[in-house]
Amino acid sequence: MTVTDPDPREATAARTDPGRTLDVTLKVWRQAGPDAEGHFATYEAPGISEDMSFLEMLDVVNERLADEGVEPISFDHDCREGICGTCSLMINGQAHGPERGTATCQLHMRTFSDGDTIVIEPFRATAFPIIKDLMVDRAAFDRIVEAGGYITVAAGSAPDANLIPVPKVVADAAMDAAACIACGACVAACPNSAANLFTAAKAAHLNLLPQGQSQRYQRTETMVDTMEDFFGSCTNHGECEAACPKEISIDFIATMNKDYLRAKLKNRRYLSRNG
Amino acid sequence: MAVTLDPKVPPGPIDEKWENHKFSVRLVNPNNKRRFDIIVVGTGLAGASAAATLGGLGYNVKAFTFHDSPRRAHSISAQGGINAAKNYHGDGDSVHRLFYDTVKGGDYRSREANVYRLAEVANNIIDQCTAQGVPFAREYGGLLDNRSFGGAQVSRTFYARGQTGQQLLLGAYQALAEQIGKGTCTLYNRTELVDIVNVDGRAAGIVVRDLLTGEIRSHSAHAVVLATGGYSNVFFLSTNAMACNVTAIWRAHRRGALFANPAYTQIHPTCIPSSDEFQSKLTLMSESLRNDGRIWVPERAGDDRSPDQIPESERDYFLERKYPAFGNLVPRDVASRNAKAMIDAGKGVGPLHNGVYLDFTSSIERLGEQTVRERYGNLFDMYARITGEDPYRVPMRIYPAPHYTMGGLWVDYNLETTVPGLYAIGEANFSDHGANRLGASALMQGLADGYFVLPYTIGDGLAPLLGTKPVDTGHEAFARAEQEARDRYAGYLAIGGTRSVDWFHRELGKIMWDHCGMERSRPGLEKAISEIPALYAEFKADLKVLGDDRSLNQSLERAGRVDDFFQLGLLMCEDALQREESCGGHFRVEHQTEEGEAQRDDDEFAFVGAWEHTGEMRSAVLHKEPLVFENVKLTQRSYK
Repeated sequence: MTVTDPDPREATAARTDPGRTLDVTLKVWRQAGPDAEGHFATYEAPGISEDMSFLEMLDVVNERLADEGVEPISFDHDCREGICGTCSLMINGQAHGPERGTATCQLHMRTFSDGDTIVIEPFRATAFPIIKDLMVDRAAFDRIVEAGGYITVAAGSAPDANLIPVPKVVADAAMDAAACIACGACVAACPNSAANLFTAAKAAHLNLLPQGQSQRYQRTETMVDTMEDFFGSCTNHGECEAACPKEISIDFIATMNKDYLRAKLKNRRYLSRNG
Repeated sequence: MAVTLDPKVPPGPIDEKWENHKFSVRLVNPNNKRRFDIIVVGTGLAGASAAATLGGLGYNVKAFTFHDSPRRAHSISAQGGINAAKNYHGDGDSVHRLFYDTVKGGDYRSREANVYRLAEVANNIIDQCTAQGVPFAREYGGLLDNRSFGGAQVSRTFYARGQTGQQLLLGAYQALAEQIGKGTCTLYNRTELVDIVNVDGRAAGIVVRDLLTGEIRSHSAHAVVLATGGYSNVFFLSTNAMACNVTAIWRAHRRGALFANPAYTQIHPTCIPSSDEFQSKLTLMSESLRNDGRIWVPERAGDDRSPDQIPESERDYFLERKYPAFGNLVPRDVASRNAKAMIDAGKGVGPLHNGVYLDFTSSIERLGEQTVRERYGNLFDMYARITGEDPYRVPMRIYPAPHYTMGGLWVDYNLETTVPGLYAIGEANFSDHGANRLGASALMQGLADGYFVLPYTIGDGLAPLLGTKPVDTGHEAFARAEQEARDRYAGYLAIGGTRSVDWFHRELGKIMWDHCGMERSRPGLEKAISEIPALYAEFKADLKVLGDDRSLNQSLERAGRVDDFFQLGLLMCEDALQREESCGGHFRVEHQTEEGEAQRDDDEFAFVGAWEHTGEMRSAVLHKEPLVFENVKLTQRSYK
C-alpha cells in the first residue's frame, strides 16, 4: 500500500466512524443454584455495538437488568484474552459460539446480525454440575491432572536445561498439545460428554517430551482411569476438535489410546516381575 | 505501632550474599516440616510454585484461589518470555549483566541485593521448568532458543510461542496438582481472602469467603504467604484479568503490613484502544511489534481522513522525529507518554480519536507479507478478531494501558513483610523492579520467589516455632475478624442505592487514569486526593448490589474489591505526591529534563517509600528505607 497508489485489495478503509449497532434478543438459562430448577429467560438487548465482545454485551445486559432490579446473569470469565480458559457458554448450541478457534471472550458481536435471537446456555455434562445460571464446576479436570498430569521434579534438582536436547518438531508438537486451556468445550460438544481430548492433550504434551518418559505409562494409565471415573466414553465423533478454541488435534487421542494399551501391558509386566 | 524497616540484607560482597545467607538461616529438619502449616494465597506463578515446593519439602500447605482452578491465574496471560542469564548464545551475558540491566531498567529504585539474587536464581528457573516439561522454543539442533527484548543488548529471553506465561503457569500448576494428589497440599478453590488475622503481633491466619456459599471461615497456620498479584485494575481499564484485585495485600496493609511504592505503576504502550464506554478491559499486544511497525499520527489535529488518504508529508512519525537514535524502540514509558501527548493535542485516530497508528506498510514492502506474517501472525490475527480490521491492509491503532504494578507490600530480604510470619511474593511485593519493570522479568521474579527464595527463607522464621501449634481459629481475634467480614458484605447489600459496582469502579478508574496515570502533577494529584474520598462516600451511600450473601453473588464479590481499590487509590496519589521526582513509571510533569525525560533526584528520593496504615481514608504515615548502590553507577537515561 502506498499513498499515491492505493492497493486495490484494500477494500476496507480504516475505521474512523463508530461501527453499527445491533438489536438482539437473548434467551438465557437462569438457574438460582445447583439444586434449583432452571429455565430460559428472554431479554431484549437493543443498541449493542458490533465492536463489543460477547461478554461485554452480557456486561451491558447485566447493568440494564440490575437497573430494573433483576439479579444479573452469573457467568464465568476472567482474562478476556482467550487464554485462561475460564469462560464457557453454549451459544446457539455451539460451545464458545460460531467462530472457529475462538473462545467466547474473543467472540465479537459483529459476528451476529441485527434482529438475531441468541440462545445462551451453560456447558452441559454430568461431570460439570451447574453452579448458577451459566456457571459450571469443571473441577473434574483438576482431578485428572492430579492423577498424573505432571513430571516430578523437586525444585533445585534439575540438570542444566540444555543437557536435554529436544528435536524442534517434537517440542513444537508438545507445544501444540500444551496449548489446551481446559475450558471444557470438548466435553460440552461431545455427545457422550467425554473428556478424551482434554486428557489426551495433557498426556501428549508430557509423553512426547524426553523429560516425560520416566512416568509415561504410569501417567497415562492413572489419568485415563481417573477420566473414566467422571466422563463418558469417546466414540470418535470429532465434535471436540471442532469446538476447541485452541484447535487441538484429535490425533492426540489416538496417541493416548496407544499409550494406554501399552501401559496396561507394561504395568502388568512390571507388577508380575515385582511380585 | 513502632515500625522498624530492617531489610536484613546479609553482609559480604553482592555475589556471596545469597550463598552466605542460605548457610546462615535456621533450618527445619525434614522430619519436622510436617509439623508446620503454611497458608499460600493465590496460585499464579509465585503462589503455585511456592505451594508446590513447600509441599514437596514436606510442609502442610493450604493453597487458596478465588478461581475455579489454580491454572486460571492471570500469570497465564503473559506473552513475551522469561529472562535468564544462561549466555547460551555466547553474546556476553552474565548474572552480573542481568542484575545491572534490571537495576538500571528500574531507574535505580530497587534494592540491589534482592535484584542480584533474582539474577542468580534465574538460571535455575529455566532448568526447573525445562525438566517439568515446559515446551520452550527450540532451535533445529534441539537446544533452547532465545530472543532479545526491550532494555537489553543480549538475547536472554526464553519463550514458548506467544504463550510463555501460560506454559510456565501450567508447569507450576502441574507441580501443585501433584502435591494435591499426594495430600501435602490442600486446595481451597473459589475461596477469596477477606482478612488477615494477627495474634500477639504475628500473622496467625486468614479469614476467607466461600464464593459459592457466601460462608465466612477462618484458617490458621504458622505462616501466611500472599501471592495475590498486582493492582492495575485500580484504573478500571487495564490489561489485567477481570478479577485481579488488591484486596489481599490491602487487608494485610490494614493489619499492619507496610505498603511500598504504591505509585510505581507501569503503562504498556501497545494495547488495543477501547472501542466504547462499556469496554471491560484492554488487550495487550507484545511490544515486539515496535521492532517493525512505525508509529504516527496526522500532523493536523482533527484530521479524520482514512490513513491511506493522508499523504506522507502530512504525517508525524513523532517518535522517529523526537528520538532519532532509538526511534520507535524507546522504552515503554517514553513511548506511552508521547502517544498520550499526541492524543491530548487532538491528533488521536480511530472512531474515538483515542489511538495512534502502528503502521506495517513499509515493513511489508521491505520484508514481504510472508515474513511479517511469520513474525507477528498470531498478534495480527488477534488484532483482527478484536477490531474487525485487517492490519496487513490498514495500520493498527494502539494506545497505552496500565499493565503491571511495581509497588506492593514491603518485604525484607527474606520476603517477610513488617508483620512477622506474613510473607509476600511475586507481583504482590515491591522488591525487585524498582520504578519500572523490564520486559520478561515478571515471570522470572514470580518463579524465583516461589521455587528458589521463599522455600529457603521461610524456614528461618518457622524454626523457632517448632513444637507450637497454630492459633486456634476459635480465638477471639478470628471471631472478631469474621464478624467484621460478615458485616462488611451484609453492609454492601443493605445500602440499597442506585449505582452499580461497575459504575463506581469506572468513575474511580477515570480519576486515577487522569491524575495518577502516565503523567502526574501536583494540582492533578491534589484534585484526585479531594475527589476520591467524595466518590468513596457516595459508594458507601448509593451502591446497589442485588442478590444475597448466602450464595454465589458476583456483584457482591466485586463490591468488596472496589471498596479496597478506593482506599488504595488514595494512597497511590499520596505516594505520587510525596515523590517530588520522576523515575521509571512515575512521571511528575514538574520534574523533567529539557528533552522531556524523567528527572530523578537521587539526593532526596533514593529511598523506598513504605506507608503505614492509620485508618480508613486517613493519611498514611511514610517510612523510608534508604537505597544504597554499591555495585551500579547511577546515570540519567537518554534515548536521543
